[in-house]
Amino acid sequence: MALFEARGLHKRFGDQVVLEEINLAFEAGSLSGIMGPNGAGKTTCFNVLTGRYRPDRGSVRFDGDDITGWAPHRIVRRGISRSFQIMNLFDEYSALDNVVVALPSVRSRSFDVLHAIDADSEAQDRAETILDRVGLRGRERVNVRSLSYGERRALEIGVALATDPRLLFVDEPTAGLGTGATARLAELIQELKRHTTIVMIEHDMRFLFGLADRISVIHWGQVIAEGTPDELRENPWVRRSNLGGLA
Amino acid sequence: MDYDIKQTTAWVTGPILLSLVLFGTMPFWIEAVGLYQYLGVEVLIWVIFALGFNLLLGYTGLPSFGHGAFLGIGAYAFGLAQFEVWPNLWFCLAASVVVTALFGAVTALFLSHRRGIYFALMSIAFGQIFYFIASKWTDVTHGEDGLLNIQRLPVELGFAQLSIRDNAELYYLCFAIYAVLVIVLWRLTNSPFGRLLRAIKQNETRVAFVGYPVTLYKWAVFTLSCAIAGLAGGLFAMAQEGAYINVMSLQWSGIVVLMVLIGGGFVSFWGPVLGVALYFVARDVLGAYTDTWLLWFGLMFVVLVMFKPQGLAGIWQDLSRRRAAERPGRTASAGMEG
Ligand SMILES: Nc1ncnc2c1ncn2[C@@H]1O[C@H](COP(=O)(O)OP(=O)(O)O)[C@@H](O)[C@H]1O
Ligand SMILES: [Mg+2]
Repeated sequence: MALFEARGLHKRFGDQVVLEEINLAFEAGSLSGIMGPNGAGKTTCFNVLTGRYRPDRGSVRFDGDDITGWAPHRIVRRGISRSFQIMNLFDEYSALDNVVVALPSVRSRSFDVLHAIDADSEAQDRAETILDRVGLRGRERVNVRSLSYGERRALEIGVALATDPRLLFVDEPTAGLGTGATARLAELIQELKRHTTIVMIEHDMRFLFGLADRISVIHWGQVIAEGTPDELRENPWVRRSNLGGLA
Repeated sequence: MDYDIKQTTAWVTGPILLSLVLFGTMPFWIEAVGLYQYLGVEVLIWVIFALGFNLLLGYTGLPSFGHGAFLGIGAYAFGLAQFEVWPNLWFCLAASVVVTALFGAVTALFLSHRRGIYFALMSIAFGQIFYFIASKWTDVTHGEDGLLNIQRLPVELGFAQLSIRDNAELYYLCFAIYAVLVIVLWRLTNSPFGRLLRAIKQNETRVAFVGYPVTLYKWAVFTLSCAIAGLAGGLFAMAQEGAYINVMSLQWSGIVVLMVLIGGGFVSFWGPVLGVALYFVARDVLGAYTDTWLLWFGLMFVVLVMFKPQGLAGIWQDLSRRRAAERPGRTASAGMEG
């Protein structure tokens, strides 16, 4: 059985149906890609899968639990984390503190009002390791607002990783990155893939096809195609949407 | 613009000591500068109230605009506990805290899953509801007349009993409470809990998506802030020797917001202290010249919001940063921040 499975998800905003009927399954240890045109409902799909919105119909199962309609924090505690397409950081904090807040060990003492968190060297070390992993070594004490765009994108993933997820959803991680940063990100995702099941929405098809084990194409609120990168290269929709020399 | 990024591990810092020295010696010099003992009492009570309020506004970013209601509830609770149950200082103060915290906890059930303008409007609505109840439930509150003849109960220390009838004596009770509270709140704002409150202010959504039940923390900080308001209310009842409805009005709820913003509660732990001090000094000094002093105070607020939204504490931070920049090799004093 798949680690994560969504069945018959339907979501509308007012009378706009965004997700018609979504069926997805992700195997443990795999990297699944999600692609589709702008406005297809990919981010909305993530929002439903991670508890931001409750689906109007359908169910979501993770590792044997029915998590449909769970609050985001419960889903995170169960082992699912996500990064955001539009950056969603703690802008007044340093890179390090963004990660520290997200650590499970810090979360477990969130009602501690007596100690200073900066005195928790274990949490500091753990956060530094995570920042190192996402390529932010030496930038720990820099305020988020002073980080470059690419660094903030990396931190976005670092914060998601800090919760120690078994399943990680990543929403368009390369958006706005240059070629150098995109290549580094590909390396990072390769490395993360060894320990974590990943689901990634991505526009950059070269990037996605190089990393994903399986890819689903979402269009008109449905999964219109699904398969390995090789299978999908033959897909008419994928072909038509010009994949800049993918073939 | 924000509190200092680094959390301290210290229980007592330079600015805390400075505030303890200033407030601790105030009864000895306040008359010499042309002011009077009762003013000191008022300042400390409002400082206590405003420090608690800033946990909501400055630290968690929750625009709570009906907070005066909780100061009033604390004052009534003190009076009622004294008249109806047991006229003992510690008991009555505890009653103020517990009763107000309960009111706050129930109110927070309705507020804590709201944000922004909806939170603000609901907080005003609850403030008005409590005001309305207090004005109509005359059997308990005596309505517009107020609950009169509340006593300044002696301080029972077991081995001794100290009178606080005199304003300077009452002042030292307030000061002792301030001293404990300021240290506790300093630690709290520099703890994992405080770190989380500030994260909620910055990005409530992300806090939920790293695994925290945000509503619970908003509920907790609202309740805590109300408990502190209740404590201030109990002291206020003794200061005024009565509990009156006016502090529960929308206007007084607005004034505490004004004080905290002028002082710089968004960027500094000390914002509420500076703001309260400025308010009362302005009231007495400007008030001696003109009846329209509140107008001038309001104008000052407008000017500050336009040119320096970080308030007095923000101006101070700018100055100390500039001074540090002129002296290379030393980092900016984080003293006033946090
Ligand atoms: N919270 C919302 N309220 C109303 N409409 C929304 C909301 N979120 C997304 N939508 C709409 O759903 C559609 C799909 O958006 P989205 O999921 O962001 O697409 P994608 O990520 O595939 O580009 C868009 O038309 C968008 O306007
Ligand atoms: Mg999207």
